[in-house]
Amino acid sequence: MTDILNAIVALSNFVLIPGAAYGAQLALGALGVTLIYGILRFSNFAHGDTMAFGTMATILVTWGLQSMGISFGFLPTALIALPVGIAITGLLLLGTDRAVYRFYRKQKAAPVVLVIVSIGVMFVMNGLVRFIIGVGDVNFADGARFVINARQFREMTGLDEGLAIRSTTLITLITAAIAVALLFWFLNKTRTGKSMRAFSDNEDLALLSGINPERVVAVTWLIVAALATTAGVLYGLDKSFKAFTYFQLLLPIFAAAIVGGLGNPLGAIAGGFVIAFSEVLVTYAWKKVLEYLLPENLEPSSLVQLLSTDYKFAVSFAILIIVLLFKPTGLFKGQSV
Amino acid sequence: MKKLLLASAATALVAGTAMAESHMGPVKIGIILGFTGPLESITPDMAGGAELAINEVNESGAFMDGTQIEAVRADSTCIDSAAATAAAERLVTTDGVAGIMGADCSGVTGAILQNVARANGVVMISPSATSPALSEAEDDGMFFRTAPSDARQGEIMSQVIMDRGISEVALTYTNNDYGKGLADSFQKAFEAAGGTVTISAAHEDGKADYSAEVASLASAGGEVLVVAGYTDQGGKGIIQASLDSGAFDTFVLPDGMIGQQIVDDLGDGLTGSFGQLPGSDSEGSAIFQEMATEAGINPTGIYTGESYDAAALMILAMAKAGSTSAADYAGEIMDIANAPGEQILPGELAKALELIEAGEEIDYVGATAVELIEPGESAGTFKEIEIRDGAIETVGFR
Repeated sequence: MTDILNAIVALSNFVLIPGAAYGAQLALGALGVTLIYGILRFSNFAHGDTMAFGTMATILVTWGLQSMGISFGFLPTALIALPVGIAITGLLLLGTDRAVYRFYRKQKAAPVVLVIVSIGVMFVMNGLVRFIIGVGDVNFADGARFVINARQFREMTGLDEGLAIRSTTLITLITAAIAVALLFWFLNKTRTGKSMRAFSDNEDLALLSGINPERVVAVTWLIVAALATTAGVLYGLDKSFKAFTYFQLLLPIFAAAIVGGLGNPLGAIAGGFVIAFSEVLVTYAWKKVLEYLLPENLEPSSLVQLLSTDYKFAVSFAILIIVLLFKPTGLFKGQSV
Repeated sequence: MKKLLLASAATALVAGTAMAESHMGPVKIGIILGFTGPLESITPDMAGGAELAINEVNESGAFMDGTQIEAVRADSTCIDSAAATAAAERLVTTDGVAGIMGADCSGVTGAILQNVARANGVVMISPSATSPALSEAEDDGMFFRTAPSDARQGEIMSQVIMDRGISEVALTYTNNDYGKGLADSFQKAFEAAGGTVTISAAHEDGKADYSAEVASLASAGGEVLVVAGYTDQGGKGIIQASLDSGAFDTFVLPDGMIGQQIVDDLGDGLTGSFGQLPGSDSEGSAIFQEMATEAGINPTGIYTGESYDAAALMILAMAKAGSTSAADYAGEIMDIANAPGEQILPGELAKALELIEAGEEIDYVGATAVELIEPGESAGTFKEIEIRDGAIETVGFR
């Protein structure tokens, strides 16, 4: 019995909990990508750097709050700063839309042109973030680091395996759940949300029924700012902030959005978790878990690892290719790419 | 016309031999370092270190009856083997250098060695190429280095761990030449000493999430985790994730992982972790620091002392052989660098030249406590460190 518990604890500690937290971060990022794809109809390559910018803004506000002596008890101060960060990022995105994207929208430019334009925007944001906060690692998490750490868990339960639950992991999961619930409520219940969905489904019909396209676009950017900043801050709290890493996040986020079905919010969430768990599970060495579960004479001497961790990125892209081959619109029905 | 040509050629030939015999012209030493490219920030000081040794000898006038030495700089670019080969070719054919101090990066060093040094029979002493592959490269006895091979660090790391009574470790390395080379040499040394490496897993730098790597490392188990990575890259991510999940408490940190920043960032978590990095507490390094500062060179710059030593070794070997021909002096370099003999510290090159003149043995110690082992590379002195109370403390030298 204890063996089974130990196995479960080991698996949760190293696979389920980190996978869930990473999945939630990817899902929030993928939601932003998918919204832009659904409503503005292009793949926004600047999304990773939007997350970086939002996180940077939040960090700066956090530092301001900390210097004034304000903290949030055992929760990270960055959560108080988050709304301000979202507002600043929203202004930036509305500004870029005004200055850059609107011009191409008026011209009815092909989506591929907008994709290239977004790559340009990506480089500008990239530079902006590095210019303001630098290229180094920034650790801005404060408050309690653990809800329970491995040692405490071992002492409490008497098991051999420890289970660590970080407060940032819990915060990530809870915040992600709240954000997703708010988004779905907004899209399905409010008038603006409905007009956004109408605009996404059929632009011409939406225009005919008197929906103001500029307003829809502006609201979309604001929601994207909220999602991107939240995703970025949660990721930064969980790990740490570094401009380059956020740029690299773009790949798994796009993989998540495409696997789930571009343009479909539910798909983005599912895709985030699929990508996160596939990275961890397929490359997991099952040795420890099997040692607990199997009788002694069957215990493995090798690592029982399907693929070495070198291949973890290959795994998520293999899944991406398989999904696109058999379900070109993604797991949930999205738009075909 | 034909006669005229023949005559002038003959005159030139005679003149040339006459010059060589009377040691009239200066001896040239090529300094080939990456003055442009990824190492451009440290190479000026390295070249300065080498020129410091050359100037010291020139001022003494004790080298081969007062023959002067002239340094000729060339750019290795650090990464472009073709450009480095061309630059070295120029040094040998046009400038006629008697030896090459360089190159800096392992890749271009190998290229120059194979394409230029071996082809023309010129001695190379590199101050900074650390790739283990260079130990096995064919060199016709022409290649030396005053920097230790990463293979050496692998052995030292293995000893450091063994001496603490640890026999089972998990190993992760950054997926590049440095990480892979160090990890392989460490694993070989550790297993030869009877230890077990439960897993050797690569990690990519600058990635979003390291839980997959840590999950596998934790599953494989081990008393400590050896992290052959970089402080501001994946290495830190791995340690952070290991601490968070309680997978490992103690980490072994080689040179790329040691820096105050990571200790500050991770706080208590690193207490008790240990490691090693090149460094010595020798008398020579203190003297060299003074000399370099006086000459306007940054003495704490990495590989500056090694560059001084490389140039000094080459000059002393020439003096001992009484010849600037590589075939004559290459064999003397190991003798000069190692015991027995009178110890020579930086600033004592004039004394060394006099001792050689008098036919006495010398043991060149220099700025970095040089001790050359086969096949002509620095044995390397390493500093063993441990992290205590948020500070990196030196616990010994190896």
